[in-house]
Amino acid sequence: MRTAFLVPLAAFAALAAVLGVYLYQVGPGGKSISALPSALIDQPAPDFALPALDGAGVPGLAASDLGGHVALVNVFASWCVPCKVEHPLLTALAKDGVAIYGINYKDKAEDARAWLARLGNPYRRIGVDATGRTAIDWGVYGVPETFVIDAKGRIRYRHVGPIMPFDVDEKIRPLVRELAR
Amino acid sequence: MIPELGHFALALALLAALVQGTVPLAGAARDDLALMEAGRRAAAVQAVLVLLAFLALVHAYVVSDFSVRTVAENSHTLKPLLYKLTGVWANHEGSMVLWVLILALYGAAVALFGANLPPALRARVIAVQGLIGAGFLAFILFTSNPFLRLDPAPTEGAGLNPLLQDPGLAFHPPFLYLGYVGLSIAYAFAVAALIEGRVDPAWARWVRPWTLAAWCALTIGIALGSWWAYYELGWGGWWFWDPVENASLMPWLAATALLHSAAVVEKREALRSWTVLLAILAFGLALLGTFLVRSGVLTSVHSFATDPARGVFILALLVIVVGGGLMLYAARAPSLKGGGLFAPISREGALVLNNLLLVTACAAVFIGTLYPLFLDALGGGKVSVGPPFFTLTFVPLIVPLLAAAAIGPMLAWKRGDLGAALGRLWVALAVALAAVGIAWAIAGGKPLALVGIALAAWLIVGATTDIAERVGLFRIAFRDMLARARALPRSAWGGAIAHAGAGIAVLGITASSAWQTEAVLAMRAGDAADVAGYRFQFEGTREAAGPNYRATEGRFVVTRGGAPIAVLAPEKRFYPAERNQTTEAAIHTTIAADLYAVLGEPVGDGAWSVRLYHNPLVPWIWIGAILAAFGGAVSLTDRRHRVGAPRRGARASAPAAADAAGA
Amino acid sequence: MRRALAAALVAFAVLAPEAGAVEPGEMLADPALEARARELSRELRCLVCQNQSIDDSAAPLARDLRVLVRERLAGGDSDDQVIAFVTDRYGDFVRLRPPFKPETWLLWLGTPALLLAAAGSVVLIARRRRAAAAVPAPLSAEERRRLDAVLGEGP
Repeated sequence: MRTAFLVPLAAFAALAAVLGVYLYQVGPGGKSISALPSALIDQPAPDFALPALDGAGVPGLAASDLGGHVALVNVFASWCVPCKVEHPLLTALAKDGVAIYGINYKDKAEDARAWLARLGNPYRRIGVDATGRTAIDWGVYGVPETFVIDAKGRIRYRHVGPIMPFDVDEKIRPLVRELAR
Repeated sequence: MIPELGHFALALALLAALVQGTVPLAGAARDDLALMEAGRRAAAVQAVLVLLAFLALVHAYVVSDFSVRTVAENSHTLKPLLYKLTGVWANHEGSMVLWVLILALYGAAVALFGANLPPALRARVIAVQGLIGAGFLAFILFTSNPFLRLDPAPTEGAGLNPLLQDPGLAFHPPFLYLGYVGLSIAYAFAVAALIEGRVDPAWARWVRPWTLAAWCALTIGIALGSWWAYYELGWGGWWFWDPVENASLMPWLAATALLHSAAVVEKREALRSWTVLLAILAFGLALLGTFLVRSGVLTSVHSFATDPARGVFILALLVIVVGGGLMLYAARAPSLKGGGLFAPISREGALVLNNLLLVTACAAVFIGTLYPLFLDALGGGKVSVGPPFFTLTFVPLIVPLLAAAAIGPMLAWKRGDLGAALGRLWVALAVALAAVGIAWAIAGGKPLALVGIALAAWLIVGATTDIAERVGLFRIAFRDMLARARALPRSAWGGAIAHAGAGIAVLGITASSAWQTEAVLAMRAGDAADVAGYRFQFEGTREAAGPNYRATEGRFVVTRGGAPIAVLAPEKRFYPAERNQTTEAAIHTTIAADLYAVLGEPVGDGAWSVRLYHNPLVPWIWIGAILAAFGGAVSLTDRRHRVGAPRRGARASAPAAADAAGA
Repeated sequence: MRRALAAALVAFAVLAPEAGAVEPGEMLADPALEARARELSRELRCLVCQNQSIDDSAAPLARDLRVLVRERLAGGDSDDQVIAFVTDRYGDFVRLRPPFKPETWLLWLGTPALLLAAAGSVVLIARRRRAAAAVPAPLSAEERRRLDAVLGEGP
């Protein structure tokens, strides 16, 4: 009978422990409470075919362009402020030989062209997703997003929001290296 | 200078709270009246100091002293004075000062008005209040100082989120805090009783008024919040099962259960340890809500900007307050003897059922609100728990609760007669069936809606029957009836009024959610639309200007069968200081329904996207809530809760263990 | 800190609720189909908002998903097929009514289990107390004498 009176305390202790653990997990340097895992991890990239961005000097992007090699697919737009933040990192990756493909999300062609002319074009191919429908097939919910595709054309990693130097160093480069092996 | 004085007053208040939290405890343990009295004085001093700090903060907002960081971040010179004032608590730091102010005022109220309490019990209650106050004052001083200066001071403030510049939301937090913090008194009484090892009818009589006051404030606070959501968010809904809304609902459910179980302790001395546990849990849930809103662990539209240090601090407070209370409970509650026996069918039995359903409903809200957090913390991935979940789990518990709420008051204590009670409710049953028939004829058969209508009628008529029988309506002379009505305990009146209020709210909730009519359309000036028998003629838009915003105002002339009903002028407002816009719905309220119009975006060719609603009986949600709170207030004036509350010892009910436990 | 910075830079979070939701241009001509679309939209979470359904949200992605739902319905999809189409892309997180699966067993069964446990405890406690009270101590001679005196009748 006496132990019954310990039940509330035990339940509360469990609650407090989980709250503490979560507070630690989302604390400084921890995980984001709003970032969502992709539903497409380890699945083949969705089927799609997007037209090229006129005047960008690179061809369009389709599902058949993926696979055979490790690649990054980056969803970007000229109106997206964080995209500008991550752009130098993409440029650096491209310079190191990583294949980067762009999906230009709900953008005006002339804005996108001007943006690439100003900041440089790290993309080998750019598909124009004017309606955003292809992005939905990829499960995109925020721009920018970056996917790592393996040689079999499967999605292995998804990053939501601008990639930062530590994302590149700790996650993307090691993964690309590992998948390329 | 004044902000520094405010800061200093807070620091002194922390010292006063520490004195208040320790000295009377020692006094009660040693039976030293002087030390116990010192606690009363410390409580008064603490309240005065926190009040000074609060006034210093108010002053900074009123004169727009942007050298104070919180003022610069949350205020603006062009804001109307009302919103400069309410801006004090529209941010984390200021709202914490209000929180602590209310806590200190409650503590001082016990010190001043608790003259009929035994000195040792009063001393312990005041001490517990002091310790809670010390915890929160330390929280403010170390993590959330509202008086921090900016140098150089900006010339203009950043303004207040325009959504918050609204009368409904301006007074929502104070009422909510009056409720949350009021539960701290119930908690303090529970802890004091556990220290003393005695929970008796006198104890229940002292706890109930404070719980009632907190419950009334919480009811009004939640009602104001949902009313604001209804007219401000602009899609005709009023409750969204958002985590922050749920955080206020959980303590309300627990407090409602506590009010009912305390009645059993008072009348029959049963459910003692359960009632003490509920008092601890009710305040614990209020603190949990504070944690959820201010620590950044939940994503909600209402949560404050957050800082991990604050989360850790509040969690520590939560662990000390609730963990400490529950530890004391585990140690002492087993010695609380069960009280009078009762049959399953009895007033006590009904109140047990009430507690069972209310606490499980509270658990449903708790599980739904915290499950995503739990799953994520334990690495189980992300999950969304939305309104459909709560409809499926919460509503099935509330339906039998409301059905039983009309029967409970008809049952005698100890052993009731269900058949007789139902017999006395034949009018309610008949009216409920008739209401279902009418609703079915008018609006068609949605099963859940018909259940809601039946429950509403059952509750309203049931509560009325209860009072009518007790005063002898239609059975005795009118003069005698009035005498009986006066002689009837106020708590009986209060209970019946609150139950009727709940029924009225259920009526509004049911009708507005089941039979809302909505039209979403693009309209040009001159177009007309028919919604639920009303013709909305759109006469176009015009530009207007407010004190700190610009607005586009639409104009709808509403007629019914050619007869003019109302002119609705919904607005879209743009606040340049905050670079933010709001949508102001236009609402025409009648007894039967709200006509509700929202102006959306221009969609080209001079057309505007427009939403028009007919929300049947929706005002009754808030009328019912206010009536329920009024019932609580009536009950609060019961003479048992005022003077003449029998002192302890007048009844030979104190368990023998009491004095030994206090040492 | 670095991640806090990253989070702060992510500009897609919609912080203030806005009146928005389904727009007239999106709606289907067929009222039955449109009603189904509204019902489905209320079951799907707006990913970039905080606890809003796509039916309630003014976010562009919510709008795209509303249009998508309507296209699928107009193309002859059943309600389940539409939900499956969206969850294939965004996962079960988009469902405001979480599916019943091992991760959510406790969510769905927690409340009923608690109700049963609580009701069981109440019954158990009541039985135990009644059993304890059912065997009252026999009256002492003194008590018997006083009782008889009160009742005013001799043995």
